[in-house]
Amino acid sequence: MNFDFSEDQKFIQEQARNFLASECDTARVRQTLEGEQAYDQALWQQIVELGWPATAISEDQGGLGLGYLELCVIAEELGRVVAPVPFIASVYLATEAIKLAADKAQQDTWLPQLAAGEWIGCLATQESAGALTTENLNTTVTDGSLSGKKTAVLHGEVADKAVVLAAEDGQPALYLVDLTAAGVTRKALTSIDPTLPLAELSFDQAPCEKLASSADTVAILSTLFDRAAVLLSFEQIGGCDAALNMGKEYTMGRYAFGRQVASFQAIKHKFADMFVATELARSNAYYGAWALSADDVELPLAAATARVSAIDAYYESSKENIQAHGGMGFTWEFDCHLYYRRAQALSLILGGNPQWKELLVERLLRIKAA
Amino acid sequence: MDFKDTPEQAEFRKEVQAWLKANATPKTKDGGRGSQEEAYEKAKAWYKKVYDAGYACPTWPKEYGGAGLTQIHKVIWSQEVAKYDEPDGYFVIGQGNCGPAIMHFATEEQKTSLLPRMASAEDVWCQLFSEPSAGSDVAGLRTKAELKGDKWIVNGQKIWTSGAQHSDYGVVLCRTDTDVSKYRGMTMFFIDMKQPGVDVQPIKQMDGGSHFNEVFFNNAEIPDSQRLGEVGGGWGAALLVLMNERLAISGVQPDGFPEFFELVQSLELNGEPVVNNPVVRDRLATWYTQHAGIKASTNRMLTAVAKGGMPGAEAALGKLVGAVMNQDIANYALQLMADTGAICDESLAPQRAHFQKSVLFAPGIRLAGGTDEVMRNIIAEQVLGLPQEPRADKGMAFKDIPSGNQH
Repeated sequence: MNFDFSEDQKFIQEQARNFLASECDTARVRQTLEGEQAYDQALWQQIVELGWPATAISEDQGGLGLGYLELCVIAEELGRVVAPVPFIASVYLATEAIKLAADKAQQDTWLPQLAAGEWIGCLATQESAGALTTENLNTTVTDGSLSGKKTAVLHGEVADKAVVLAAEDGQPALYLVDLTAAGVTRKALTSIDPTLPLAELSFDQAPCEKLASSADTVAILSTLFDRAAVLLSFEQIGGCDAALNMGKEYTMGRYAFGRQVASFQAIKHKFADMFVATELARSNAYYGAWALSADDVELPLAAATARVSAIDAYYESSKENIQAHGGMGFTWEFDCHLYYRRAQALSLILGGNPQWKELLVERLLRIKAA
Repeated sequence: MDFKDTPEQAEFRKEVQAWLKANATPKTKDGGRGSQEEAYEKAKAWYKKVYDAGYACPTWPKEYGGAGLTQIHKVIWSQEVAKYDEPDGYFVIGQGNCGPAIMHFATEEQKTSLLPRMASAEDVWCQLFSEPSAGSDVAGLRTKAELKGDKWIVNGQKIWTSGAQHSDYGVVLCRTDTDVSKYRGMTMFFIDMKQPGVDVQPIKQMDGGSHFNEVFFNNAEIPDSQRLGEVGGGWGAALLVLMNERLAISGVQPDGFPEFFELVQSLELNGEPVVNNPVVRDRLATWYTQHAGIKASTNRMLTAVAKGGMPGAEAALGKLVGAVMNQDIANYALQLMADTGAICDESLAPQRAHFQKSVLFAPGIRLAGGTDEVMRNIIAEQVLGLPQEPRADKGMAFKDIPSGNQH
């Protein structure tokens, strides 16, 4: 048994951490938070040059031919700095959707482009509140053009292309739509985390191309979301670490009643609980990473476990970090809310905690029955 | 990342599986616990059998009764034996805590005579640290050892000693100097528990059982040759023992999940299995993430240990989470049984009244080996590096420190 990342993977992580520490401090994040830009284009360009979007794309399709474990360690670092870039939308969602649902010819065209950052992708599935369904879709395809409306599309306003869930003759499938084409209208929505912006996409007979292997849409979306859940769990534990460290440093440096605030047991126990939640989430994320990289049958259960655990841990760490800061934690000026907002946003992409808890139990019972 | 055995480990696993198949008792559907005395006799017999086969204390050197293998071999052993109805871990305090203390501090002659008998459970050992006035503040202990010639004369009282009633020897921490600060005035020894000056009294616990004891020392004697470490060096020696305790108990802390998972599938309410209830499913999901998280954390720790590291204070996590969860699960299980949840008859309550017994025993698990609050302090101070609470007894000579119940 070797339940840890390899030295090479740890090296990649260290490089990513150093790069982001120097290029993506919270002042930089705030430029996006405060609406000066929809995403950090300069940072995204650097990330593309570093080859991160190419990490889990095979070499013969223009990628680096590394794997999901390498992508996991990068995800942790992006989460740690609350990176304001469309990495989740383009890499974990659009790229993985194409890997799962496009045929060889389509992949050979699109994956090298995604690896090189030639365009930004996003995933448009949701039509209303509630768990994602592939039935009774209002977004439909007729004679090769797509019409309908999608909401809460992550980075939908800035993406070049979207993978869209739609039905043709009542059969759900995934389609690639050029968002700059005629027939596409985008409306920016106000996101709880402006560094992960959401959009509403309206399609009126927009040209589209069917992802040729997407017939079994339910299974494909399930696997896509499982993969993304594992990757997101690493972003979440990176954020947990950052929130915990922030609270720790503040209370170590602040004095009340003549002593360091961090020396009070009430505060120490709060941090111990944040650490425990984070460690459990980290361990579950590691197991998810193993199942993802080994393409193991346990991926569905491991992904749901990693997801629920990471949602709980990031909520715990980000909310208690605010409390540890006292009144200053409630100000716009202090960075506590960056993590709190990000924790909320990450918990909602792919469906919230109750949905994933239900999936977890279903899968647990299925394994037991098998 | 992988969960595969190396070829050598796979070979060892196969060998262990074959031996267990021929020698261990298979699990039966409802486990069936005997009395405490029967369990003890059964454990003694099992350990001897394991020792004779060469699998006892896998990580100890062969000359001391072990198998000279690694931590990973020990894990493989534990994984395999867990599939059977055998009391692996029954003598964990002796072998896990006292063993390393002897290994580290005793003379070569003592090691070769004592350790093999500990490994085979022919000799049973206990650990005597806690006292009525020294619980979480264990360094506040007052059991006094005074040097008379080449013997130490021991007077005082220990409490919460597991297995003292069966023990041949104990590792004991005593106060040997009250004029210095409390951490500097302690010394560690091993003591013959069968001598006249040692009186063991069982404690009747809130659940009705008697797992723990009080131990009274009344002019008990310890030859100076049984001192473990330097005079005044007891605290450092105790920390070494406690560090080994973490390793010994890691991954064996029951969290109650497997039993709960079985219960929710078998128990019916209003004609439906309770597992169909969304409220129950929500709890099931939360507890599963914790259960899986502890298991995966243990695997991370074992990976680090296999690479030559020592288990860090992170190991406190499994105990903290598992013990609380174990209590909450037991409570919730009773709630699901509604009015019949109060019935404790083994013949009537599910899983031979496992949850009824657990709900009454669980408070003790949260206290044993360090309270929840002590675990949180360990994590906060030793893992996160947060400052210690200011101490009112800092710099004081031990004899001037108030302690225990003062009203």
